[in-house]
Formats: sequence, C-alpha cells, structure tokens
Amino acid sequence: MEKETMHLIEIKELRKAFGPIVAVDGISFTVDKGDVLGFLGPNGAGKSTTMKMLSGFLPPDGGTASVSGHDIITDSIAVRRSMGYLAENAPAYDEMSVMGMLKFICDARGIKGSDRRQAIDRVAVSCSITGVMHQPIGTLSKGYRRRLGLAQAMVHDPDVLILDEPTDGLDPNQKHEVRNLIMGMASEKCIIISTHILEEVEAICNRIIIIARGRILVDDTAESLMAKHGGSLDQTFRDLTGGRAVAAKGGAV
Amino acid sequence: MNGFTSVFRRELKAYFSTPLAYVFLVVFLALCGSLTFLSGFFKMRQASMNVFFSNIPMLFIFLVPAIAMRLWSEERRSNSIELLFSLPITTTQAVLGKFFAAWSILLLALALTFPMVMTVTYLGDPDWGPIVTGYVGSLLLAGAYLAIGSFFSVLTRSQVIAFVLGVVFCGMFLYLGSPRVMATVSGFAPMGFVEAIESLSFQTRFESIQRGVIELRDLLFFILLIAGWIWANIILLEERRAA
Repeated sequence: MEKETMHLIEIKELRKAFGPIVAVDGISFTVDKGDVLGFLGPNGAGKSTTMKMLSGFLPPDGGTASVSGHDIITDSIAVRRSMGYLAENAPAYDEMSVMGMLKFICDARGIKGSDRRQAIDRVAVSCSITGVMHQPIGTLSKGYRRRLGLAQAMVHDPDVLILDEPTDGLDPNQKHEVRNLIMGMASEKCIIISTHILEEVEAICNRIIIIARGRILVDDTAESLMAKHGGSLDQTFRDLTGGRAVAAKGGAV
Repeated sequence: MNGFTSVFRRELKAYFSTPLAYVFLVVFLALCGSLTFLSGFFKMRQASMNVFFSNIPMLFIFLVPAIAMRLWSEERRSNSIELLFSLPITTTQAVLGKFFAAWSILLLALALTFPMVMTVTYLGDPDWGPIVTGYVGSLLLAGAYLAIGSFFSVLTRSQVIAFVLGVVFCGMFLYLGSPRVMATVSGFAPMGFVEAIESLSFQTRFESIQRGVIELRDLLFFILLIAGWIWANIILLEERRAA
C-alpha cells in the first residue's frame, strides 16, 4: 500500500436506515493525516450514526468505509486497533475506578507492563484526570467523565480519532484545555469531531462537513465557508440547515 | 487472547466491586445449608451428600439467572457496550469472557460448601464417587443455566425481564422430565417424542450423574447444550448489539 495516496478515513456512499427513517443517506468523504474535520449538523442529522458505523459498532446498510486502509466490515478488529473512539455521552463502567478502567482498556488493547503505566500516565496528564484516578466512575462529574472518555480513546496513541461531542458538558476552562489538546495532536493524526459549538469548529478544525437529514450539505474549509456566507459560521449553519433551507431542498419540516 | 482475558478479569472484578457476589454467596450458602438440614440430613443416618445435591437444581433456578441477568442487559442499558466494542475484542471473546467469569463465581460458591463435605466425613465414611460426581454435575448444571441466562440477558435492557425469562426457561428444562409432565405428554404423544423430551430434562441428567458415574452421553449433553446456547448468544448479540 502506498502510504502517500491512502486516505486514513475513506467513506463511500455509506447508508443506514432505522425502519422507515433514513439516518444516513449515502454520504461520501475522505479525511487525511493532519486533518481535523468538524462534523456539524442539527440534532438527528446522522452525525452519531455515521460515527458509530465508522467505529464498527453499527453495521451499515449500504456503502463501504475504510480506516487506515482496513475495511470497517470485513476487518473490523484492525480498524478498532488503529482508532480511538469517544462515543456519544462518553459511556463507561460506573462501578470501576478511573484507573481500573484505563487498565482494562490497555489490557484489551494489548498494552502491558511498563508500557501500560507510561500510557496511562501520559493520558491522565494530557486529559487532566490525575486527581480522580482512584475515584469510582459513577461518582465523577460530567466533565471528568467526558475527559476519561477522551483519555480512553487516546491511550494507545491511535492514528485516527473519532470524537462524538468531546467538549459537551465541560466548563469553559476545560473546553479550552481539550481544544488545545486536540490542536496539539492535529498534525500527527486524523481527527473527526462532532460538536454543536461553532466557535470551537472555527478554532480547531481545518475542514467542515455539514450534514442534515443524512446528506452532506457542505464539505469545505472553514475560511472559504465563512467567506461565502458573510463572515459568521453561525449564520452559515442557520442558512444551510434552518427550516427554510431544508424545506427548499425538498424535505418537510 | 487479550480480548478474552481482559473481559474475563474485568467481569470478575465487577462482581466483587459491587455487593452482588457477596450477597449471592451468602444467600446460596445459607439456603444450601438450611435446606439440607431441613430435608432430613440427620434423619437419614447416612454419610452421604445426596440430600445436599438434590436441592441444587431447584436453588440454581433462581440463583443462576440472578448472576446471569446483568451480563449483557447492564452493558446495553448503560451503553458501555459501545465502549466495549470499540476495543479490538470479538463478540465471541466478549461472550466467552463474561460466561466464564460468571461460571467462576458459581464454581467458587460450590467450593465454599466444603464444610458439608467435612461434616459428612466426620460423621461417617462416605462413598466418594457420588460426592465428586455430584459436584461435577452441579457445576455442569450451573453452566447450562448460565448459558440460558446469558442468552436472555442479550435480549433485553431490563435486568428484571432477563431474570424472569431466565428462570422460566431454566425451570422448563429442569421439569421436562418430571413424572407429571411425562404423564401428561405420554397421554397424547408417541413414545419416541416422550423419550426425546425426557432426554432433554436437566433433572434426569443431573440425577444420572449424581449417582456416582459420569457417563459420556450425560457429559456431552451438558457440553453441547452450553455450547448451543452460547452460540445463540453470540449470534443474537451480533444482530442486536446496537438495537
């Protein structure tokens, strides 16, 4: 495989329906190393569904996707090895301690002995969870829980990070820290983040994809998008996904 | 192998980091002991554990689904299943890891009944064959109940529903061979069918093992039954893990 031409994430015509509701309707895009892709869209647009399919949790109904050259359906284990995934609402095992859970993640990923200690120390510091390492996860605040989710996704230093609302529930200081963390890694990795916070996208993403009703409306850089829509990303988002815009594209609200 | 061992160890720790394992062990041992003595252990005037083992199938009907019910329902309710399957772990490894962790708890519970063995050896000179096979049979029976319970735990997010379904199906397999069921079935069904039903009964198999000789067909029965339910468990989980 020629590393130069391979996209770290490649999605082709991915489709998923839940009964009569089409959550993701044939979307295609690619993401490369060094990209931080902001994945935007109104609630129910299909962001989380797309991310779940990429992580291998949800089987797609149609289309294909690959992560680091591994097919998400036929080679799911290899995909999961090369990817860190923070799922929606940062699920975790409430009865475990933070340390216990990170150890479990390392064990499952085959990180052992002194490597394990180093890996846990590294993510504990970078995600600022050193103070709660021995606390049961069920007692953590929303912010700590989210940062544990982030730590868990980064513990094996993956090439690809898929983060579903990584800053949801964090206070402004914590948001700032997480953004710095993501920006610090950006050049080495390929990152997709979904978020509702548009200023965050402006601050850390070099690319933006806006989806609504399971279809891609925009795939562009932040600057060019803002230039086209008169300066503000907020306005852009409303122009593209607001009631009138969607109705004009043929859907009932 | 990382997948299996990491899930196995996490699961085993989870039983002990909540009160579940302790409550289970205490209740099991208390019931085991009291039922044995209430069913006339001393009146028999025999140095044997038959009375003790005869209560096991009934006790396990309620206690094993109680251990099994959380295996997958809990993962699905808290959505930690999405975290679990973002790790490089196959469905088979995860199902087996959880199954063997729960089975270890049941093995521990049975091992902790050792004072019963000591009592019997103190009071007389027991025949060791039925004691050893009685324990083997109990462990196999526990495994069979557990495989059934684990299957129903995949089916629902509610632990209560998983428990109730587990109890009903375990009970069904146990009582298939009881005289009353046999009498009813033989009233209308052909002989071959009656025999087929009887051969599926846990009670018949368990009693046959408990007599002191482990026959290959009884051993195979339990192993195939456990493997079958676990296989169904894996298939169901692959289909429904995101549902």
